[in-house]
Amino acid sequence: MHRSVRIQEDDFDTGAELAALRGSDARVGALAAFVGLVRDRNDGNGVAEMTLEHYPGMTEKALEAIVVEARQRWDIYEALVIHRVGRLLPTDQIVLVAVTSAHRGEAFAACEFIMDYLKTRAPLWKREVTPDGARWVDARDTDDSAAARWRK
Amino acid sequence: MSLKLRFFASLRETLGVAAEDFQLPAGLVTVADLRRHLAARGGAWERLTTADNLRCAVNQDMAGGATVVRDGDEVAFFPPVTGG
Repeated sequence: MHRSVRIQEDDFDTGAELAALRGSDARVGALAAFVGLVRDRNDGNGVAEMTLEHYPGMTEKALEAIVVEARQRWDIYEALVIHRVGRLLPTDQIVLVAVTSAHRGEAFAACEFIMDYLKTRAPLWKREVTPDGARWVDARDTDDSAAARWRK
Repeated sequence: MSLKLRFFASLRETLGVAAEDFQLPAGLVTVADLRRHLAARGGAWERLTTADNLRCAVNQDMAGGATVVRDGDEVAFFPPVTGG
Protein backbone atom coordinates (compact mmCIF):
# COMPACT_ATOMS: atom_id res chain seq x y z
CA MET A 1 0.00 0.00 0.00
CA HIS A 2 1.17 3.55 -0.70
CA ARG A 3 1.93 6.01 2.05
CA SER A 4 -1.42 7.75 1.97
CA VAL A 5 -0.56 11.14 3.52
CA ARG A 6 2.18 13.57 2.60
CA ILE A 7 2.81 17.11 3.84
CA GLN A 8 5.37 18.94 1.74
CA GLU A 9 6.55 22.36 0.58
CA ASP A 10 7.22 21.19 -2.96
CA ASP A 11 4.64 21.17 -5.72
CA PHE A 12 3.26 17.83 -6.89
CA ASP A 13 2.67 16.35 -10.34
CA THR A 14 -1.02 15.45 -10.27
CA GLY A 15 -0.86 13.26 -13.37
CA ALA A 16 2.10 11.27 -12.05
CA GLU A 17 0.50 10.89 -8.61
CA LEU A 18 -2.75 9.59 -10.08
CA ALA A 19 -0.89 7.17 -12.36
CA ALA A 20 1.09 5.85 -9.38
CA LEU A 21 -2.04 5.54 -7.25
CA ARG A 22 -3.87 3.31 -9.71
CA GLY A 23 -0.68 1.54 -10.77
CA SER A 24 -1.51 -1.61 -12.70
CA ASP A 25 -4.36 -2.63 -10.39
CA ALA A 26 -6.99 -4.04 -12.77
CA ARG A 27 -9.64 -4.03 -10.01
CA VAL A 28 -9.76 -0.24 -10.23
CA GLY A 29 -12.73 0.97 -12.22
CA ALA A 30 -12.86 4.49 -10.80
CA LEU A 31 -10.37 7.13 -9.77
CA ALA A 32 -11.79 10.31 -8.22
CA ALA A 33 -9.50 13.26 -7.50
CA PHE A 34 -9.81 16.77 -6.11
CA VAL A 35 -7.16 19.48 -6.49
CA GLY A 36 -7.42 22.66 -4.41
CA LEU A 37 -5.79 25.79 -5.86
CA VAL A 38 -4.82 29.24 -4.60
CA ARG A 39 -7.37 31.82 -5.83
CA ASP A 40 -6.35 35.43 -6.46
CA ARG A 41 -9.37 36.70 -4.49
CA ASN A 42 -10.88 35.84 -1.11
CA ASP A 43 -13.62 37.57 0.91
CA GLY A 44 -13.62 40.58 -1.40
CA ASN A 45 -9.88 41.22 -1.43
CA GLY A 46 -7.13 40.45 -3.88
CA VAL A 47 -4.71 37.81 -2.64
CA ALA A 48 -1.07 38.26 -3.65
CA GLU A 49 0.27 35.22 -1.80
CA MET A 50 -0.49 32.94 1.11
CA THR A 51 1.40 30.94 3.67
CA LEU A 52 0.21 27.59 4.97
CA GLU A 53 1.19 26.75 8.55
CA HIS A 54 0.74 23.29 10.03
CA TYR A 55 1.34 21.30 13.19
CA PRO A 56 4.08 18.84 12.21
CA GLY A 57 3.13 15.37 13.33
CA MET A 58 -0.46 16.11 14.25
CA THR A 59 -1.38 17.15 10.72
CA GLU A 60 -0.22 13.80 9.35
CA LYS A 61 -1.86 11.93 12.22
CA ALA A 62 -5.21 13.71 11.72
CA LEU A 63 -5.19 13.11 7.97
CA GLU A 64 -4.27 9.45 8.40
CA ALA A 65 -7.21 9.05 10.80
CA ILE A 66 -9.53 10.61 8.19
CA VAL A 67 -8.26 8.18 5.53
CA VAL A 68 -8.80 5.25 7.91
CA GLU A 69 -12.38 6.40 8.51
CA ALA A 70 -12.98 6.71 4.75
CA ARG A 71 -11.71 3.14 4.29
CA GLN A 72 -14.15 1.93 6.94
CA ARG A 73 -17.10 3.72 5.37
CA TRP A 74 -16.53 2.99 1.68
CA ASP A 75 -15.16 0.10 -0.31
CA ILE A 76 -12.06 1.77 -1.70
CA TYR A 77 -8.65 0.45 -2.71
CA GLU A 78 -6.21 3.32 -2.31
CA ALA A 79 -6.38 6.87 -1.00
CA LEU A 80 -3.86 9.66 -1.25
CA VAL A 81 -3.69 13.07 0.42
CA ILE A 82 -0.93 15.53 -0.43
CA HIS A 83 -1.08 18.93 1.27
CA ARG A 84 1.44 21.66 0.67
CA VAL A 85 2.71 24.05 3.35
CA GLY A 86 4.81 27.21 3.21
CA ARG A 87 4.50 30.10 0.76
CA LEU A 88 2.09 29.72 -2.17
CA LEU A 89 1.01 32.00 -5.00
CA PRO A 90 -2.27 32.33 -6.93
CA THR A 91 -2.80 29.37 -9.32
CA ASP A 92 -0.50 27.15 -7.20
CA GLN A 93 -1.76 23.73 -6.21
CA ILE A 94 -2.50 23.44 -2.47
CA VAL A 95 -3.95 19.99 -1.95
CA LEU A 96 -4.61 16.73 -3.78
CA VAL A 97 -7.07 14.10 -2.58
CA ALA A 98 -7.45 10.99 -4.74
CA VAL A 99 -9.27 7.70 -4.23
CA THR A 100 -9.51 4.50 -6.27
CA SER A 101 -12.34 2.00 -6.12
CA ALA A 102 -14.24 -0.43 -8.33
CA HIS A 103 -17.07 2.00 -9.01
CA ARG A 104 -17.44 5.77 -9.18
CA GLY A 105 -19.96 6.17 -6.37
CA GLU A 106 -17.57 4.97 -3.69
CA ALA A 107 -14.65 6.95 -5.14
CA PHE A 108 -16.59 10.21 -5.40
CA ALA A 109 -18.05 9.91 -1.91
CA ALA A 110 -14.80 8.94 -0.19
CA CYS A 111 -12.90 11.72 -1.96
CA GLU A 112 -15.43 14.37 -0.93
CA PHE A 113 -15.59 13.01 2.63
CA ILE A 114 -11.80 13.17 3.03
CA MET A 115 -11.76 16.73 1.70
CA ASP A 116 -14.63 17.89 3.94
CA TYR A 117 -13.02 16.38 7.03
CA LEU A 118 -9.61 17.77 6.10
CA LYS A 119 -11.12 21.27 6.02
CA THR A 120 -12.44 20.98 9.57
CA ARG A 121 -10.09 18.55 11.36
CA ALA A 122 -6.56 18.77 9.99
CA PRO A 123 -4.41 21.39 11.76
CA LEU A 124 -3.52 23.66 8.84
CA TRP A 125 -3.91 27.43 8.75
CA LYS A 126 -3.85 29.93 5.87
CA ARG A 127 -2.40 33.39 6.19
CA GLU A 128 -2.93 35.52 3.11
CA VAL A 129 -1.39 38.76 1.92
CA THR A 130 -3.90 41.31 0.54
CA PRO A 131 -3.53 44.98 -0.48
CA ASP A 132 -4.70 45.80 3.10
CA GLY A 133 -1.95 43.69 4.64
CA ALA A 134 -1.60 40.13 5.89
CA ARG A 135 -4.49 38.35 7.61
CA TRP A 136 -5.28 34.91 8.93
CA VAL A 137 -8.12 33.31 7.04
CA ASP A 138 -11.24 32.77 9.17
CA ALA A 139 -12.84 29.35 9.36
CA ARG A 140 -16.10 29.14 7.44
CA ASP A 141 -19.40 27.88 8.83
CA THR A 142 -20.06 26.30 5.43
CA ASP A 143 -17.05 24.03 6.00
CA ASP A 144 -18.55 22.85 9.28
CA SER A 145 -21.90 22.12 7.65
CA ALA A 146 -20.18 20.31 4.76
CA ALA A 147 -18.44 18.03 7.26
CA ALA A 148 -21.59 17.62 9.39
CA ARG A 149 -23.60 16.01 6.59
CA TRP A 150 -21.33 12.94 6.73
CA ARG A 151 -22.22 12.24 10.35
CA LYS A 152 -24.27 9.12 10.73
CA MET B 1 3.86 18.44 36.34
CA SER B 2 5.94 19.33 33.32
CA LEU B 3 4.16 20.11 30.03
CA LYS B 4 5.30 21.10 26.57
CA LEU B 5 3.02 23.87 25.32
CA ARG B 6 2.65 24.76 21.65
CA PHE B 7 0.74 27.58 19.97
CA PHE B 8 -0.14 27.94 16.30
CA ALA B 9 -1.26 30.42 13.65
CA SER B 10 -2.99 33.64 14.80
CA LEU B 11 -2.75 32.58 18.46
CA ARG B 12 1.02 32.06 18.13
CA GLU B 13 1.33 35.56 16.65
CA THR B 14 -0.90 37.17 19.28
CA LEU B 15 0.97 35.57 22.17
CA GLY B 16 4.37 36.02 20.56
CA VAL B 17 5.41 32.50 21.50
CA ALA B 18 5.39 29.23 19.53
CA ALA B 19 6.38 26.80 22.28
CA GLU B 20 7.37 26.73 25.93
CA ASP B 21 8.19 24.22 28.63
CA PHE B 22 5.72 24.77 31.41
CA GLN B 23 5.26 23.61 35.01
CA LEU B 24 1.60 23.17 35.92
CA PRO B 25 1.13 23.67 39.68
CA ALA B 26 -0.05 20.73 41.76
CA GLY B 27 -3.82 20.40 41.98
CA LEU B 28 -4.43 21.54 38.41
CA VAL B 29 -5.14 18.52 36.23
CA THR B 30 -7.39 19.33 33.25
CA VAL B 31 -7.10 21.30 30.04
CA ALA B 32 -9.63 23.76 31.48
CA ASP B 33 -7.41 24.21 34.58
CA LEU B 34 -4.43 24.86 32.32
CA ARG B 35 -6.35 27.40 30.24
CA ARG B 36 -7.45 29.33 33.34
CA HIS B 37 -3.92 29.24 34.75
CA LEU B 38 -2.40 30.59 31.52
CA ALA B 39 -5.14 33.24 31.16
CA ALA B 40 -4.16 34.57 34.59
CA ARG B 41 -0.93 35.84 33.01
CA GLY B 42 -3.13 38.65 31.66
CA GLY B 43 -2.94 40.60 28.41
CA ALA B 44 -3.14 38.48 25.27
CA TRP B 45 -3.09 35.34 27.44
CA GLU B 46 -6.66 36.07 28.50
CA ARG B 47 -7.63 34.72 25.09
CA LEU B 48 -7.07 31.23 26.51
CA THR B 49 -10.38 31.62 28.34
CA THR B 50 -12.21 34.35 26.38
CA ALA B 51 -11.78 32.96 22.83
CA ASP B 52 -14.38 30.22 22.90
CA ASN B 53 -13.44 28.89 19.47
CA LEU B 54 -9.86 28.04 20.47
CA ARG B 55 -9.04 24.39 19.90
CA CYS B 56 -6.82 22.22 22.07
CA ALA B 57 -4.87 19.05 21.34
CA VAL B 58 -3.17 16.82 23.90
CA ASN B 59 -0.41 14.65 22.48
CA GLN B 60 -1.67 15.58 19.01
CA ASP B 61 -5.25 14.41 19.57
CA MET B 62 -8.12 16.90 19.84
CA ALA B 63 -9.05 17.42 23.49
CA GLY B 64 -11.83 19.15 25.40
CA GLY B 65 -11.66 21.10 28.63
CA ALA B 66 -12.29 18.04 30.78
CA THR B 67 -9.31 16.15 29.35
CA VAL B 68 -6.79 15.27 32.06
CA VAL B 69 -3.19 16.16 31.31
CA ARG B 70 -0.23 14.14 32.55
CA ASP B 71 3.44 14.79 33.17
CA GLY B 72 5.33 15.04 29.88
CA ASP B 73 2.24 15.73 27.74
CA GLU B 74 2.39 18.01 24.71
CA VAL B 75 -0.54 20.45 24.86
CA ALA B 76 -1.30 22.64 21.85
CA PHE B 77 -3.72 25.53 21.41
CA PHE B 78 -4.81 26.89 18.05
CA PRO B 79 -7.69 28.61 16.20
CA PRO B 80 -10.17 26.72 13.98
CA VAL B 81 -8.35 25.13 11.05
CA THR B 82 -8.42 26.59 7.54
CA GLY B 83 -6.49 24.20 5.30
CA GLY B 84 -7.54 22.67 2.02
